[in-house]
Amino acid sequence: MGRYWRTLRRFWGTAVAVQLEYQANVLIELLAVAMSLSGSLFLLSLFYGPDQTLGGWSWAQALMVQGLYTVFDGMATTWLRPNLGAIVTHVREGTLDFVLLKPIDSQFWLSLRTLSPAGLPEIGLGLGLLAWGSHQAGVVLTLSSLLTVLVMLLAGGLILYSLWFLIAATSIWFVKTWNATEVLRALLASGRYPLNAYPPALRLLFTLVLPVAFLTTVPAQVLLGEAAAPMLLAGLGLAVLFFAAARAFWLFALRFYTSASS
Amino acid sequence: MIQVEGLSKIYRVAEKQPGLAGTLRHFVRRRTRDVTAVQDVSFRIEPGEMVGFLGANGAGKTTTLKMLCGLIHPSAGEVHVAGHRPQRRQAEFLRRITLVMGQKQQLLWDLPPMDSLRVNAAVYGIPDGVAQRRINELADLLELGEELTRPVRKLSLGQRMKAELLAALLHEPEVLFLDEPTLGLDVNAQARVRQFLAQYNRRTGATVLLTSHYMADITALCPRVLLIHQGRLFHDGPLEVLADQLAPEREVRLELESPVEADALAGLGRLEQLEGCDVRLLVPRDQLTAVVAQLLDRFPVRDLDVTDPPIEELIGGLFRQGRV
Repeated sequence: MGRYWRTLRRFWGTAVAVQLEYQANVLIELLAVAMSLSGSLFLLSLFYGPDQTLGGWSWAQALMVQGLYTVFDGMATTWLRPNLGAIVTHVREGTLDFVLLKPIDSQFWLSLRTLSPAGLPEIGLGLGLLAWGSHQAGVVLTLSSLLTVLVMLLAGGLILYSLWFLIAATSIWFVKTWNATEVLRALLASGRYPLNAYPPALRLLFTLVLPVAFLTTVPAQVLLGEAAAPMLLAGLGLAVLFFAAARAFWLFALRFYTSASS
Repeated sequence: MIQVEGLSKIYRVAEKQPGLAGTLRHFVRRRTRDVTAVQDVSFRIEPGEMVGFLGANGAGKTTTLKMLCGLIHPSAGEVHVAGHRPQRRQAEFLRRITLVMGQKQQLLWDLPPMDSLRVNAAVYGIPDGVAQRRINELADLLELGEELTRPVRKLSLGQRMKAELLAALLHEPEVLFLDEPTLGLDVNAQARVRQFLAQYNRRTGATVLLTSHYMADITALCPRVLLIHQGRLFHDGPLEVLADQLAPEREVRLELESPVEADALAGLGRLEQLEGCDVRLLVPRDQLTAVVAQLLDRFPVRDLDVTDPPIEELIGGLFRQGRV
């Protein structure tokens, strides 16, 4: 375990060093984050006139959902895109061989090899938005509600990671899967609005098939006292299930890679 | 150290007709065909040996190498490397081997090699002090200095390859698989890498299996050679035996004081060229000394030179003629 921890610190140390090699790029990414957030806030404000609601959600409550979405989007920028996007490159250029020949878990390496600090301010902004929205919506923050949100965020992150990793792992067969991850990103974007804003059929899709609802709407409901412990457990269970599926699929894909690659 | 028994690998490859129609047909219904990359190859390599692995492009060298380090599962046959079955890729096995590929790199492009080395040290669980000592030793042998702290993208190809070698050897592997480690390097850098590999082998007793396009790599480093052609092992033994087999004759060049007639040279090997005073003869190896003695005896020789034809030409010629 100590070896993995030390490796992880080295991974992220080098990742930050790589980013800092290109100072201008860091600034541009920060700018892009600020612009994208203000863009989506503007879009959200269009839905709201005075005293209006969206699918039964007030402006402040919708801001909570937007805040949660921003956190996950930041997570994707910081963690998922740089790592899981690189799997495709590894497969295409054959450098996956180097990863597979290291005496360390290949999924660990591929999932945590790098970090892009560009998403960190987004995560901060998202948390800020969530806190402000909660305050406006009259949520009384307690230690237990904070803990609950934290657990939901972790579970949501795990679900998102597992879905993304599953898609990235298929690159072992199809080599190029950028398009598929773009679709995933677009679906995630549907999580920026409360679930009730969508027609029932889509709601079903976002809850059962692609559990986007568990990423944003459900944690907000938990904070608002509208969803209870069972939902929390369902979210956690789902996260474990998705992670187990991603893990099993990776091991299967590797068996295929090693018996077919050239 | 390495035992290979009846090793085969059959690939299923997709076949695509050219043109748009072919592409569409390929997209809808894939037609596949089995290709035998390696067929019934057996050999043993003892600890500390340096063995050259020769063959034309697509002969099955890289496939064999990948099966030996566990990246590809064999279709048939048994492989044992350092007492392990490579395809299981156990951590214990991976710590004892290394693979260097001349055309792929593991160093982080944007950072100095030192950063990649520190990552590798952590991955292999090598304590910092030990890692630093090994880095110093290897850097010494490789003649690497401040290059280790310069971003990889700013290094020359030769410097980069040396840094790649350092990264691949940091965990002191006992078995080295080197796939074209000198590819694209200039003559000096090639010689440097070669010299390093020989030194490393002497110092650590590591077993080395090396593929290369450059015959000089093989002649300089490997007393024993495996030659693979169309997936089959064609030769396993000393390089000289291979040379004898491929080229049973040696070339004798003569420069004479005065011109001679072709008839005068009859019975002294096969006459390849006769231009005034310059003569080129191909003489069977076992008659060489006798023929040379006669030549010196009968003709006013100004200069005499005996050479082996370059081996890559011989192998290439052999494959082209389909004699193998």
